[in-house]
Amino acid sequence: MKVVGLSGSKVGSKTRTAMNYTVEALTKKYPDAEVTLIDLAEYEVQFSDGRNYKEYEGDTKYITQTIMEAEAIIIGTPVFQASIPATLKNIFDLLPVNAFRDKVVSMLVTAGTPKHYLIAEQQLKPILAYMKAQIVQTYVFIEEKDFHRKEIVNDDVLFRIDRLVEDTVLLTETYTEIRKKREEKYDF
Amino acid sequence: MEKYRIDLTKGLEFGIYTLGDHIPNPHAGERISAQQRIREIIELAKLAEQAGIDFFSVGESHQEYFTTQAHSVVLAAIAQATEKIKIASSSTIISTSDPVRVYEDFATIDLISNGRTEIIAGRASRVGLFELLGYSLRDYEELFEEKFELLLKINKEEVVNWSGKFRAPLKNAKVIPRPLNGSLPIWRAVGGPPASAIKAGLAGVPMFLATLGGQASTFKISIDAYREAAKQSGFEPTELPIATAGFFYVAETTQQAQKESYPHVNQGLQLINGQSYPKRQFAQGVDPRDVMNIGSPQQIIEKILYQYELFGHQRYIAQMDFGGVPFDKLMKNIELIGTEILPTIKKYTAKK
Repeated sequence: MKVVGLSGSKVGSKTRTAMNYTVEALTKKYPDAEVTLIDLAEYEVQFSDGRNYKEYEGDTKYITQTIMEAEAIIIGTPVFQASIPATLKNIFDLLPVNAFRDKVVSMLVTAGTPKHYLIAEQQLKPILAYMKAQIVQTYVFIEEKDFHRKEIVNDDVLFRIDRLVEDTVLLTETYTEIRKKREEKYDF
Repeated sequence: MEKYRIDLTKGLEFGIYTLGDHIPNPHAGERISAQQRIREIIELAKLAEQAGIDFFSVGESHQEYFTTQAHSVVLAAIAQATEKIKIASSSTIISTSDPVRVYEDFATIDLISNGRTEIIAGRASRVGLFELLGYSLRDYEELFEEKFELLLKINKEEVVNWSGKFRAPLKNAKVIPRPLNGSLPIWRAVGGPPASAIKAGLAGVPMFLATLGGQASTFKISIDAYREAAKQSGFEPTELPIATAGFFYVAETTQQAQKESYPHVNQGLQLINGQSYPKRQFAQGVDPRDVMNIGSPQQIIEKILYQYELFGHQRYIAQMDFGGVPFDKLMKNIELIGTEILPTIKKYTAKK
């Protein structure tokens, strides 16, 4: 199973820290999974100009292609100005309309205040649904106080990350199974 | 309709079009050479003519997995190799070409073909050629509108006075040679939402509508919008031909047609657009209400007649070679069209 962890911001360290934990939990529990972590802070990605994703070059091409080849995507995002960061939105804009068809997408959200709890619900999920993702409904919401010097210090968060990883993998397996069953009925 | 060389007493015109894609055959895993592919396209046009098919066209795409970038050159070879079939581009990307050169080329092909040539001008759905030919994608719409207008003007007037943003002005410029009968049928290629169809209607230009997949009723919206816009602009919609273009594959049974064609369509889209064709959508495509003409001869006849009733169009063109379909299968398709599909379609659509 190909899984991509996408850390969606160029600012700060909380989302990346949480993504590190997530990837570690994933490889530990599912050593066979092929995991790629993409931290947008480490790449120079150009803004979408409307062309097909295959026609970009360099980092932009690498990132879009890796996402398109994945079966599951775990998105890590901070909340900026009551929304997702532009860097993450740009990734969605670079991809085709139905980019997440037949893919499972789960979310992990870091934020400076609990007031941002519903941002993922109201702003991220509609985008994923529009792009045809099978969404893992429950996401992990992590606040400032759960971190201390690039470590997660709240056991509850760690347990929730474990469950997110498990749900992502289980749902991917399940949907793959459903699709296989459906497609076996077609004789082509 | 006469102006566009359409004879309603002969019924719905049936054509074949190719994008000139150059994709490995997924059943065999191998790709023929570019030379072989181009020669087979020319050969296909000859076979289409022999089977009584009305029209054959070739498109340009300037990127990996395509061979007919110089589509007008291929069309010139087809003009020489055939005698009565209509030939055209599908499409010529006028946005990134000089309309004067395009007109010179197609007028010449028209002379070679003895008056059988048409131009279908489009905006490009694959945009690789903008960078290759030195244009900015930001001018996507304006490039097309300006150059398309110039192309239409050249078609109307032998001596042209014109100035615009994307080309040096023309002062008493004589664009020659002229086509055999003074002008060429020039169509606007339309895809996606009705906006582009409305533009074609407002300009009173014949419309070529891409109908690749989905319910026929969805495309009816563009067709109605086109006719309404033409009327608003003072044109008579019954004088303006409409053509539709879409996926086609015929085999003895619908099941066999699906089985043979799915890997081609799927791999073709995967390589060109980077997304596969969902099996479920493809399976739904056999429904008579879906525009994709894949199935047994009977199934396809039923679909084309249903579309004809809905659209009232004058020409349907079939894309049957997408995704590395081997030549023997293309020959089989042509044979089934000629012997089973064409006679019935013509019988039911010829206007007395």
